[in-house]
Amino acid sequence: MSVTPYIVLSSILFTIGCVGVLTRRNAIVVFMCVELMLNASNLALVAFARQHGNLDGQIAAFFVMVVAAAEVVVGLAIIMTIFRTRRSASVDDASLLKY
Amino acid sequence: MHALHEVVHAPVVDPSSASGVFTLLWLVIALPLAGAAVLLLGGRFTDRWGHLLGTALPIGSFVLSLWMFIDVLGRDSADRQVSQHLYTWIQVGHLDVGMDLLYDPLSSLFLLLITGVGSLIHVYSIGYMEHDPRRRRFFGYLNLFVAAMLLLVLSENYLGLFLGWEGVGLASYLLIGFWQYKPSAAAAAKKAFVINRVGDIGMSLAIMLFFVTFGSTSFTVISASADRASTGTLTALGLLLLLGACGKSAQVPLQAWLLDAMEGPTPVSALIHAATMVTAGVYLVVRSSFVFDLAPNAQTAVVVVAVVTLLWGAIIGCAKDDIKKVLAGSTMSQIGYMMLGAGLGPAGYAFAIFHLLVHGFFKANMFLGAGSVMHGMDDDVDMRHYGALRKAMPVTFLTFSMGYLAIIGFPGFSGFWSKDKIIETALADNWLVGLCAIVGAGVTGFYMTRLMLLTFFTDKRWEKGVHPHESPKIMTIPLIVLAALSALGGVMLIGNWIVDYLAPVVGTPPHENAPLPAIVVTLIAVLVVAAGVTLAWFLVGKRDVPRTAPQQVSPVVLAARNDLYGDAINDTLVVNPGRRVVGGLLTFDRYGVDGTLTGGPVAIGAVAGQLRRVQNGFVRSYALSLLGGVLLVVLALLAVNLA
Repeated sequence: MSVTPYIVLSSILFTIGCVGVLTRRNAIVVFMCVELMLNASNLALVAFARQHGNLDGQIAAFFVMVVAAAEVVVGLAIIMTIFRTRRSASVDDASLLKY
Repeated sequence: MHALHEVVHAPVVDPSSASGVFTLLWLVIALPLAGAAVLLLGGRFTDRWGHLLGTALPIGSFVLSLWMFIDVLGRDSADRQVSQHLYTWIQVGHLDVGMDLLYDPLSSLFLLLITGVGSLIHVYSIGYMEHDPRRRRFFGYLNLFVAAMLLLVLSENYLGLFLGWEGVGLASYLLIGFWQYKPSAAAAAKKAFVINRVGDIGMSLAIMLFFVTFGSTSFTVISASADRASTGTLTALGLLLLLGACGKSAQVPLQAWLLDAMEGPTPVSALIHAATMVTAGVYLVVRSSFVFDLAPNAQTAVVVVAVVTLLWGAIIGCAKDDIKKVLAGSTMSQIGYMMLGAGLGPAGYAFAIFHLLVHGFFKANMFLGAGSVMHGMDDDVDMRHYGALRKAMPVTFLTFSMGYLAIIGFPGFSGFWSKDKIIETALADNWLVGLCAIVGAGVTGFYMTRLMLLTFFTDKRWEKGVHPHESPKIMTIPLIVLAALSALGGVMLIGNWIVDYLAPVVGTPPHENAPLPAIVVTLIAVLVVAAGVTLAWFLVGKRDVPRTAPQQVSPVVLAARNDLYGDAINDTLVVNPGRRVVGGLLTFDRYGVDGTLTGGPVAIGAVAGQLRRVQNGFVRSYALSLLGGVLLVVLALLAVNLA
């Protein structure tokens, strides 16, 4: 079975996520794009695991999911707090921590 | 010129170790030193009796010195050198310097002069400084000076001598600037100290050269092996010692500090800047006779310095209106005479010391007399405000007259004998030097007569509200004693006593064929002095003296009033170039050295200042740089794997 379509799909998803992170201002959207990138890499991991016939990649994908879930909890909480104090979810507005 | 010295070899210093009264030799120094310690450390607790203690201790030293002197007079002339080893001072490798004291005819005379005249001046100061709130401190400094001066003349090696040498320099500094709230006094003290440092460079280099050449600074060792050193080394030693002597004794070219030193209290001028400390240079040259006798070129340098100074000081003395500055110029000039004697070798050493002693008497007398006059005139020093004081201050006038007759060389008075001997010896050595010495004597007659006339004769030119009065007994008694010594100091020459007495230290004078009989030289000198006195009578005594100095004067008078431009010469030749060099070094240090060291960090700081602008706070730009970094890593990995 060829894994090429899966890798291509994974690359497309990753690129979409990446461009989304770089171009969108809304923190929620940026966050979703990050998730998209994580899942793109998960897809690649699972595809390569399938190709090599072992479970290493699949286990790594599980780890990524767990970490992503934890990250979502923390990240969404931060975004909520920022929104509450600043009445804005734009990532460009939160730019106080600088030189 | 110096052919006559070639056969002469300086006697070797060969002391026996101390016994009898000489075991107390250390006490001569220790007494005034203890006085200084008690008075300076004791603080206000000693205010009430400090001056009495400070006077008693030098008198104690004087009694000891007199006792030793009498003891030594009873001995055979070969047995008059005594040394006392106190302790080992420095012992490092081959360097072994002991704290040794040497009592010989030369130091015995200095001991009597320092403690004797010093005690009289201490007594005088009790009266003179009576109303000064810091009198106790003054006596502490005076005692410190006496102790240092005694160490200077008693030390058996050059290093100990140097310790005393620096000690008297310190005491001189403290006492010139005693009234330190006067900016002029503070500046004068600093000037004296700095100019003395220049001379001290010569001294310290000479001591190092002694160590290198002889492995020791002991007079005993060096005098025994001096002829083994090369003439070049000995000449260098002689010139370095001369530089030191010039600084301490205010000889040209290091003479500029002495006139300013008159800012100190008058007893200080009498003790330090007339009778004792400034003659230390003469002592140094005479003490180093074993070096100078073998270095004719250095001796010639001494003679040249001496002749220039004796005329220089005399000319300055002619134009000053400040009574103390006239006396200071005169001191400079008289030390020139002593240096001249010392530069003439064994023929002149004894006469140099003779003149030094009688000068100590009559100059201390005149300085204290000037102090007495100032005491009566509300501390005014301008002679143009004096006049006709002989009736108001009869004792001061009479004692001052003794000093005056002694310094101009009036026949029979002490200065007559000593100066005459130096002039005779100088004439026998070189007619030009002798001529300068005679001219100097004439100028001395002029300026001293001018001083006498302006102060004690002519009309009253007193300031309003000044009521001159005689000083109290405690001040006049030292004056009377010193006046007697000034008049009778010549007894030391009876039967050539002083020459024979000093012979074990400085050698016997060779017999020379004088170009003129001694009586003719004496007659010429007396006539020249008489001419100077007469000139002063016509120029000062017979005219009205203006109360302010005339401004329309000849360039010569103007130059003399400005100390013959000694300060201007120093400024042009040394101070200003030195200042420019220091300024250049400062600029180089600031921009060259500091620029190199701090330039790198400054550049890095500037770059960092720009680089930190990358941290702009926008998350998405961080994400972009992250992406760029990842891409770089990936490309690098690909490049490595595919290559």
